[in-house]
Amino acid sequence: MNREISKKQRNILTASACLIVLLLVYLGNMLIPPTSGMSMMFTVLEKGAIYALVAVSMNLLNGFTGLFSLGQAGFMLIGAYTYAVLSIPAASRDSVYQYFDGGLIKFSIPEIFSNALGSMLGETGAVIGEYIGMLIPMILAGILAAIVAFLIGIPVLRLKSDYLAIATLGFAEILRAFFQWNALGSITNGSNILRSFSTYSTPLFPVIISGICIVFIILLINSSYGRAFKAIRDDEIAAEAMGVNLFRHKQWSFVISSFFAGIGGALLAMFQNSIASTPFTSNMTYELLLIVVIGGIGSVTGSIIGSFLFVACSEWWLRFLDAGSFLGMDFAFMRPGFRKVVFAVIIMLIVLFYRQGIMGTKEFSWNGFIVFFRNLPLKIKNLGKKHKKNTDIEKEAR
Amino acid sequence: MNFMVENLPYLLAGISVGGQYALIAIGYTMVYGILRLINFAHGDMFMVAGLMMVYLAADLPLYLSVPVVIILTVFLGVMIEKVAYRPLRTAPRMSIMISAIGVSYLLQNAALYATGGLTQTYPDIPWLSQTVEIFGANTKMVTVITPVLTLILVIGLVMLIKHTKIGMAMRAVSRDFETSQLMGIDINRIITVTFIIGSFLAAIGSVLYFTNYTGVMPTSGAMPGLKAFVAAVFGGIGSIPGAVIGAFVIGICENIIKGLGWTTFSNAFTFVLLIVILMVKPTGLFGEKNIDKV
Amino acid sequence: MKRENVLRVSDITMQFGGVVAVDNLSLEVNKGEIIGLIGPNGAGKTTAFNVITGVYAPTNGSVAINGETVVENHPHGKMKTMYKGKNDGKYKDVKILSPDRITKLGVARTFQNIRLFKGMSVFENVLVAMHMNMEAGIFSAAFRRNRKEEETMHEEAMKLLRMFDLEKNKDDLATSLPYGKQRHLEIARALATKPKLLLLDEPAAGMNPQESDELMHLVSKIRDDFDLSILMIEHHMQVIMGVCERIYVLDYGALIAHGSPKEIQSDPRVIEAYLGVGE
Repeated sequence: MNREISKKQRNILTASACLIVLLLVYLGNMLIPPTSGMSMMFTVLEKGAIYALVAVSMNLLNGFTGLFSLGQAGFMLIGAYTYAVLSIPAASRDSVYQYFDGGLIKFSIPEIFSNALGSMLGETGAVIGEYIGMLIPMILAGILAAIVAFLIGIPVLRLKSDYLAIATLGFAEILRAFFQWNALGSITNGSNILRSFSTYSTPLFPVIISGICIVFIILLINSSYGRAFKAIRDDEIAAEAMGVNLFRHKQWSFVISSFFAGIGGALLAMFQNSIASTPFTSNMTYELLLIVVIGGIGSVTGSIIGSFLFVACSEWWLRFLDAGSFLGMDFAFMRPGFRKVVFAVIIMLIVLFYRQGIMGTKEFSWNGFIVFFRNLPLKIKNLGKKHKKNTDIEKEAR
Repeated sequence: MNFMVENLPYLLAGISVGGQYALIAIGYTMVYGILRLINFAHGDMFMVAGLMMVYLAADLPLYLSVPVVIILTVFLGVMIEKVAYRPLRTAPRMSIMISAIGVSYLLQNAALYATGGLTQTYPDIPWLSQTVEIFGANTKMVTVITPVLTLILVIGLVMLIKHTKIGMAMRAVSRDFETSQLMGIDINRIITVTFIIGSFLAAIGSVLYFTNYTGVMPTSGAMPGLKAFVAAVFGGIGSIPGAVIGAFVIGICENIIKGLGWTTFSNAFTFVLLIVILMVKPTGLFGEKNIDKV
Repeated sequence: MKRENVLRVSDITMQFGGVVAVDNLSLEVNKGEIIGLIGPNGAGKTTAFNVITGVYAPTNGSVAINGETVVENHPHGKMKTMYKGKNDGKYKDVKILSPDRITKLGVARTFQNIRLFKGMSVFENVLVAMHMNMEAGIFSAAFRRNRKEEETMHEEAMKLLRMFDLEKNKDDLATSLPYGKQRHLEIARALATKPKLLLLDEPAAGMNPQESDELMHLVSKIRDDFDLSILMIEHHMQVIMGVCERIYVLDYGALIAHGSPKEIQSDPRVIEAYLGVGE
């Protein structure tokens, strides 16, 4: 009965599961009206997917390479701004950059593609063109974040654990100050928000993009380079003695992680429809770190589950805590903000008593999944029995 | 001379802020010295002290609320250590650092809940917020008091560490955790004392700091906290005089930068300084070098 | 018969602050030799290993591998005034290759206090050591463009595991292995880097007489099968005397004797410093 499924079967299962999920998202989005309570699900789905990508990229650094970096928010900021700056339609630029004479950049990449394909293929062409045009600034967002990470990495990655944490945190703060700098206002709009840029209209977009990115990270982790990263995490001196070039591998991990943080930032900008540098503080990084911890440091599956749980709790499931009543009773202490306190307490409990997180360092596998469900009826049946047996044994022992 | 007169207010403000950073930085440096932990929650505790002052001063007279705030902050600091750090003493260092970040997150969210996200006006402490004139520049009394008080407290602390039994135990623990345990030093007591001192100084620092600013927000502690930490790194983590010097350097530089009209970068400067010092002399001004055993 | 030189350590002095851990040590390993490095605890043996592999920069002296200088240093900076060793001024250059580059030149090592990759399986531990010889770049590896290369790596790793009787434990966590097997895995991992010179740091530590006897045979088998030279630190005198062709004896960081096992056993200084006390 315990026959393992083959690699081919596994791939088929994975592919079909992905297709089913995408189909469900698509149908759900079509069928569920935006006014119903269930529409919150799509907010969670979109934001969860975006957070999942950033959390997985952070896990690549913290969990798989053992670099305790706290600069993730800074790289997301770069990504979000790069995307936003390149995607504001020309017509909206005057109102967005009202304090900076309409800004320095006068074009929008999605708009250019939309117009070009639109004139060739009509309306569908315009939509397709806009999506293609959105991908380009998004990739540029990742590349710019990666370049900045490369430069920052040269000095910073030579530092040890907690010094690295504080230096990356510092760089993220410097980046934030840089983006608020008025002298760059004609590009970044200084401390004013950026808005009106092109964004997606279906929740499928962030889900697919972050899915593709996460698959890449998984492939990387399972490659020989991923093994070298883990070796560095486990023992730097031994890794070096086995011929692993510490600096180069740390640099790769840092740059790739930042690339995806940049993409995540771009997606977040699209999700929020507007972007300002103020929320990209160390607190955002802390939240991401806590997601990684909840899911399990060193587990990609864990980070994904952690992200969706985190977003669902903070945006949806725990909302009732802020509403003032629970099970028909009114509580004065349940006012806005209470949810976050409860949430923070839960996180502390996980950090203190459930340190390995949901997944530990384990990953989802079809074999584990099937075995779990195959044994489930047996387990339930045995639940009562086992209990009896244990008490019997105890009695005998006495 | 004209330059001096123009910049004097900034210099004075710098010295004052520097003193306040110093009081926070000592908490960081002492905890790091003993537990090798960056106590990310320390800055938030400083913020909580500010908030408690706001709420207590509404009902209590000032001569009562200040000591009560100090006592409560010390209690909070000790509790944080007991609940969030002590159970993880044998865990990997990353776990305890994450726990510190968790506490910081909790304190900020609790503060957000308590304040409803609104900036709370800090009470006027009559004598401290009095205006005085120094060399022709107008400033608050607290600006003058801070450096003096800071120095008195630091000297007191250094005496405590150098000349008392508990101070000797603290030095021993920071040198070698395990060995001092074997020598019969009650580690937990030493750590508690460290947190008492750190929280006590942070509470005093918070009274001085917030008198200079009008309001307290849930995020008010993050920046001064990080800067104080940088000060501790700058001076060589684990070294108290180092932390104090670092704090004054940061306070003064950041205010001069503000004076030059680069306010956006006054925060960033701190981190530039941090990164430069980590590159050039990772152990800071007075830190000691550790050799990794293979 | 003069054999090709593999490792030449010349006048190495390693000073930590005012403490001289290794004092003017010179030694040579030639092709195909098994050389012992012994001495009482704290004599500076492991420090010497750390200098050879580039973990520590020596205060003075040089290390050459296959005739190529990989480490060279002389007292400079703060050390200039503190230096207590000899041969000051003999070495002019400052060249310290990082450990991974020295490994790439054909020096592999094991560690006295086992340093396996804790979070990884036995198989992965060996694969990591093959990573540096991989040709594929990070993207072709991530996109699995290097299947062939990866497959040969797997085969070679399996071969090594089989040789050390570890293939049954292939997917176990490295740290879940019993102590003796962990030591074997460390050797297998070191061999996976395809070294010309293998440094073994107390491979028989904690083993019973039978196990150390097996280890002794294993060491000479490794030398023959992999066609390499071995420099080993060991406290088990039976192992050292049974397998080594030449032995260097360190005491307080300085070389006090050098010769064949017979010569060492009868050397009065060695007996006084080491054998006379220990056994």
